[in-house]
Amino acid sequence: MATNAQERSAFFAQLKKAYTWYTGGFVVFVIVLAVLEQMGLPRNWIGYIFLIATIGLYAGIGIMSRTSEASEYYVAGRKVPALFNGMATGADWMSAASFIGMAGTLYLTGFNGLAFILGWTGGYCLVALFLAPYLRKFGQFTIPDFLGARYGGNFARAIGIFAAVLCSFVYVVAQIYGVGLITTRLTGVSFELGIFLGLGGILVCSFLGGMKAVTWTQVAQYIILIVAYLIPVVWLSVKHTGIPLPQFVYGKTLEKVTEREKQLTDDPKEKEVRQIFAERAKAANEKVKALPGSLDTERAKTAKSLEDLKAANAPLPQINAAEKAVKDFPKDAAAAKSAWTKEAAVGARANPPLKHAEAFPGKDEKARDISRKNFLALVFCLMVGTAALPHILMRYYTTPSVKEARESVFWSLFFIFLLYFTAPALAVLAKFDVYTVLVGSEFAKLPAWVASWQKVDASLLSVIDINKDGIVQLAEIAIGGDIVVLATPEIAGLPYVISGLVAAGGLAAALSTADGLLLTIANALSHDLYYKMLDPNAPTTRRVTISKVLLLVVALAAASVAAQKPADILFLVSAAFSLAAAGFFPALVLGVFWKRANAMGACLGMIAGLGVTFYYMATTQPWLRGVFGVTSPIADNIWWDIAPISAGTFGVPVGFAVIIIVSLLTREPDAATQELVEHVRYPSLRGGISTETN
Amino acid sequence: MAIQITEKHKEYWQRNLRLTGVLLFIWFAATFIMGYFARELAGITIFGWPLSFYMAAQGSLIIYVVIIWYYARAMGKLDDEYGVAEGD
Repeated sequence: MATNAQERSAFFAQLKKAYTWYTGGFVVFVIVLAVLEQMGLPRNWIGYIFLIATIGLYAGIGIMSRTSEASEYYVAGRKVPALFNGMATGADWMSAASFIGMAGTLYLTGFNGLAFILGWTGGYCLVALFLAPYLRKFGQFTIPDFLGARYGGNFARAIGIFAAVLCSFVYVVAQIYGVGLITTRLTGVSFELGIFLGLGGILVCSFLGGMKAVTWTQVAQYIILIVAYLIPVVWLSVKHTGIPLPQFVYGKTLEKVTEREKQLTDDPKEKEVRQIFAERAKAANEKVKALPGSLDTERAKTAKSLEDLKAANAPLPQINAAEKAVKDFPKDAAAAKSAWTKEAAVGARANPPLKHAEAFPGKDEKARDISRKNFLALVFCLMVGTAALPHILMRYYTTPSVKEARESVFWSLFFIFLLYFTAPALAVLAKFDVYTVLVGSEFAKLPAWVASWQKVDASLLSVIDINKDGIVQLAEIAIGGDIVVLATPEIAGLPYVISGLVAAGGLAAALSTADGLLLTIANALSHDLYYKMLDPNAPTTRRVTISKVLLLVVALAAASVAAQKPADILFLVSAAFSLAAAGFFPALVLGVFWKRANAMGACLGMIAGLGVTFYYMATTQPWLRGVFGVTSPIADNIWWDIAPISAGTFGVPVGFAVIIIVSLLTREPDAATQELVEHVRYPSLRGGISTETN
Repeated sequence: MAIQITEKHKEYWQRNLRLTGVLLFIWFAATFIMGYFARELAGITIFGWPLSFYMAAQGSLIIYVVIIWYYARAMGKLDDEYGVAEGD
């Protein structure tokens, strides 16, 4: 199916034209909405129009690209040019967490948050150097395909299917959760309805046209999400620095933030508020310590304060609050313990402000060392995990050649880089705004965005006058990470249409990632499990049909899990990286670079890598410990102070070691397998075998 | 027909491995060596950023992009030189 160079360049020109027109059309669309807003179009209408227009657009691309041909359905006919595959990979890669959560994480954690920036970009070096070109030369449909062919048989393939489904499912639940949140924010429909609306958008696309439709939709989604991300940051930069290139000038802003941190650390009013929090935490801890005796005394106290307020004819809101306190008083000692422990968490707000630019802060040398170790371990896991997530690797099957696969990794990282080097700038600019404009302002005259977001969700933003001086202190502001991106348009003083655009960008990020993940899961089950393992004689049309049905089933399953609003969703996503890293990376890399690696070694290595990673998480992560009933103290199970999120730090080396040792102890792979390895190492080889499926 | 691996093919693979090794080392230095010495590097300031903050937020990312760009370019040339490039 070799398309010749002329055809390819004509296709490229056609794509370029289509997407240029599309981008122009989108800009006009936003401008028209902005004009309508000035003429009085209500806000929720803008939300609805954005939601319907973008989901309708994605569905339209899906319908135009519908197909039932296997190679189009699984790998977009292998004609996606490097540049466009790069954009599609960018959208596939950048999830709701990257778009909405990243800048917030950086705002809240400063330097340490940069582990995500480094990890989620540097991983592409590993993709480029170790995997993409070789997988493209191999040229089949899925990652388990490669494991099955290289490690002779269904056992390696089955482990691959298990690992691919496990990491992708965990990840897709988080995306659908994000879709629900954004749809709710954009239009005000309920969370559950939001999930199913978004699901419709995902399904029309991947269901009708598989990889082909998903690819062209992802390119469209990338354009929306990058425009939506950049506009508010550029505006904020103009507001604070006068220069529309935030990424190049925020060094000076960071300097000012650092200066301000010093002032706020020593400010007497700030100290006063922090002192109040420290006392509250201390009181709560004492109540917990005095259990069960404190239960009765506290109950009496709560009841008495209600009586006192009533007797004193206090204002109604105060009485209501006191009544609520009596009504919600913990029923038994266990409930009291958990409620008061939660109360004691305000102790965290007694700390002076985080030093944004300081690497690995800690109270002493030992704490700083642990912080550094965990930073590097997290970067390692995220990088290796990036290079092992099947929905990303799969994308490099869709380019026309090995050469374009290599170039495509460059374009992928370039397009991802545009967002990732902006996020730290946004975090610093938003912090500067909060520290200088909001802090020190009067409670009577809070900026409009503060009031409106406080009303939307108190967990995202709450500003309460703790020391009753009428002035906002930094310690009085409790801020949730997600608000940094969502509220930037309002902080920058942009019209509501830009807020709608940002939400549409977040939706594009979540939908595009969900599309890629669902396709990975459905393909692993239909192509690898059903076709390759159960019914090798199945005709193409049946395989594609089965894949489509599975897509529906998996999507509904993921949506119903997401509708439960599972706790610790962020941990689950990070866990997917460690699991993918330990499960896939050693077997894939050694499969290409070490001919001696054999089936026995690879299978045991994958199991050992996954096993160690999972064991470490299950014994050290609070939520998983609960699920598996682990009771031994966490401190006994922690190895070298590494946090459970970085469990892959142990899993990956174990995986490599087991593959190498077991392979050396058992027979070397047969000639055909060794020939396969030679085959993938050279873009073209005279007299070579062919593994490409069309 | 069996695969014919000539000396020239072996040399191509050796050169690929060497290039991969060098680029991997640069990647390692930009990530882990930089990360390990982040506190020490923070003393140096460029345009307002402490050097380690700049590297982790931007500098190392640029190095990654360049690594991948260079690898794609160099391997494309190597393919042509050793006659293993894909024809149309």
